[in-house]
Amino acid sequence: MEDVWVSVAARVGAVWLALVLGLIVLPSALGVSLGISEAYMWVLVKTLEWATIRIEKGAKKPQPQMPKTPSANGIIERIETSMEEEIARLNEVNYEFSDIFYFCRKGFEAIVDDAVTQRFSSEELLSWNLLTRTNVNFRYISLRLTIVWVIGVVVRYCFLLPLRITLAAIGISSMIVGTTLVGQLPNSSVKNYLSELVHLTCSRILVRALSGTIHYHNKENRPKKGGICVANHTSPIDAIILTNDGCYAMVGQVHGGLMGVIQRATVKACPHVWFERSEIKDRHLVTKRLREHVADKSKLPILIFPEGTCINNTSVMMFKKGSFEIGGTIYPVAIKYDPQFGDAFWNSSKYNIVSYLLRIMTSWAIVCNVWYLPPMVREEDEDAVHFANRVRSAIARQGGLTELPWDGGLKRAKVKDTFREEQQKNYSRMLVRNGSIGSLSAGTESD
Amino acid sequence: MLLVVYPLRSLRKGLCRRETIWQYYISILNWWSVSHSQITRLYSRFTSLDKGENGTLSREDFQRIPELAINPLGDRIINAFFPEGEDQVNFRGFMRTLAHFRPIEDNEKSKDQNGPEPLNSRSNKLHFAFRLYDLDKDDKISRDELLQVLRMMVGVNISDEQLGSIADRTIQEADQDGDSAISFAEFVKVLEKVDVEQKMSIRFLH
Repeated sequence: MEDVWVSVAARVGAVWLALVLGLIVLPSALGVSLGISEAYMWVLVKTLEWATIRIEKGAKKPQPQMPKTPSANGIIERIETSMEEEIARLNEVNYEFSDIFYFCRKGFEAIVDDAVTQRFSSEELLSWNLLTRTNVNFRYISLRLTIVWVIGVVVRYCFLLPLRITLAAIGISSMIVGTTLVGQLPNSSVKNYLSELVHLTCSRILVRALSGTIHYHNKENRPKKGGICVANHTSPIDAIILTNDGCYAMVGQVHGGLMGVIQRATVKACPHVWFERSEIKDRHLVTKRLREHVADKSKLPILIFPEGTCINNTSVMMFKKGSFEIGGTIYPVAIKYDPQFGDAFWNSSKYNIVSYLLRIMTSWAIVCNVWYLPPMVREEDEDAVHFANRVRSAIARQGGLTELPWDGGLKRAKVKDTFREEQQKNYSRMLVRNGSIGSLSAGTESD
Repeated sequence: MLLVVYPLRSLRKGLCRRETIWQYYISILNWWSVSHSQITRLYSRFTSLDKGENGTLSREDFQRIPELAINPLGDRIINAFFPEGEDQVNFRGFMRTLAHFRPIEDNEKSKDQNGPEPLNSRSNKLHFAFRLYDLDKDDKISRDELLQVLRMMVGVNISDEQLGSIADRTIQEADQDGDSAISFAEFVKVLEKVDVEQKMSIRFLH
């Protein structure tokens, strides 16, 4: 009796695998689309639109006029006056007790809603997308919506998740096997061609594993050999999104485990730049190695994420200047995910990589837009910081993201004291200017 | 009928055992008659600041906010949240301190006209500011206390002598009973022309 069940299960498994290989892996390896994912996305969009309408109808009170991007405006009204305007003098006394009101209010505004810490957690959605995890204001709306939600859970966990895990396993294993095989060949153009082929194919399979729908814009600006590609960083899958459309030399730290196996295998086929943990602290060593790589015009463009950490895709934070000191042409790329279908942001303090991947694989899909921007070069008398800001503005403008001068490292580190000292300096300047300290020594009072 | 499942389930963590969840919720609404959405927003803000996930905030949790950490008066503002000798503040304490910054015009909407003076009245806002100066809580701002606050705000940019003279002048201007210290009444008198309502209020967008 059990043998029958085992053989049935084996049969089902074989059929399943054959379907997956035939319908998904093979077409994606060849770069051909059968239209299955387009159909899926169409059904998904229709369902989510219907759900949004139901939720809006179901709300008891009429929704107040919500701004299109609630996170951009914040939850409180910020009156952006400068220190000088706020601490305007009523009479010509040096200091007033009310001077602290300005700092008090700014402090409390920061406590209620600040621009920086919200970037380190997932973006809030305008309307619910039928995933439990994005359910901020739980309200029971209607039976139909709940049924659709239950169907959604069943589809995502029982059908999509195993499918995606299968695809991911196929993708990763073929990447390891493929690059190891190619790595045995002697260095030649054939080897480069084959390694590019292997990388592209495996990326395509992995993108299918995430149900990714990627729109590439301005493909004529795609990074060329000997250049440096910089992009805003939201999650580890950014690299897969980009390698789906071209080959890059990755830069990163050597890891252990599965990641380390992949790194060791791929570096044989393609000149990726993997640093040991000790080496990465030595900035000169890092810059030197990258410079050597860039100088060789036959090598693939380097892919760097200058923010240094994952940000939640609503803004671009400070670019570290190290990547911009190497020289060479910079090819900026803007990546913007559509949060309605799935949240791609990796909150590394909340989730480890495995639970993050599981969350990605149980979302609806990963939809994103990738814009290739025209190449930029550092000008004659421009310093690296200014150049980095210029590139950052271009990326933020294209992707529709806000720009923040704050360092992404604030996710974990404390802010530097220099910012506070700047505020203190501004205030002292005001105090001295307004109150005419010189008159103090003369003993005159101005009324 | 609203089923407020998520926020209240986790509110239980910071709760004292005797109160029920509804009493807790209603007591917050009494201090600050805000809408349901405003409370849930502030609660999700509270939980996002609470890295230890134990229902209370410590001083380090506040200092993790960059804009607050660079504020010259940041430490005093943080201290205002913590009652005497305590190191943790729960959601109710958080809301209670924030209530001082509610706009004054909201008071007309509140139903309880005969109750105790609301936390965001002009007088209580001024009292809040007075407590920022008066560290030793003797109801007087001494020259030293004023100097401490001044030093926090100017950093190293003004010399001790200059700062001392500024402090002396300020006290001289405001001091009426000649004790070289500012009492709360003198404090209020000096600030009578200042638009406290506008400067010490935070408005919610919705």
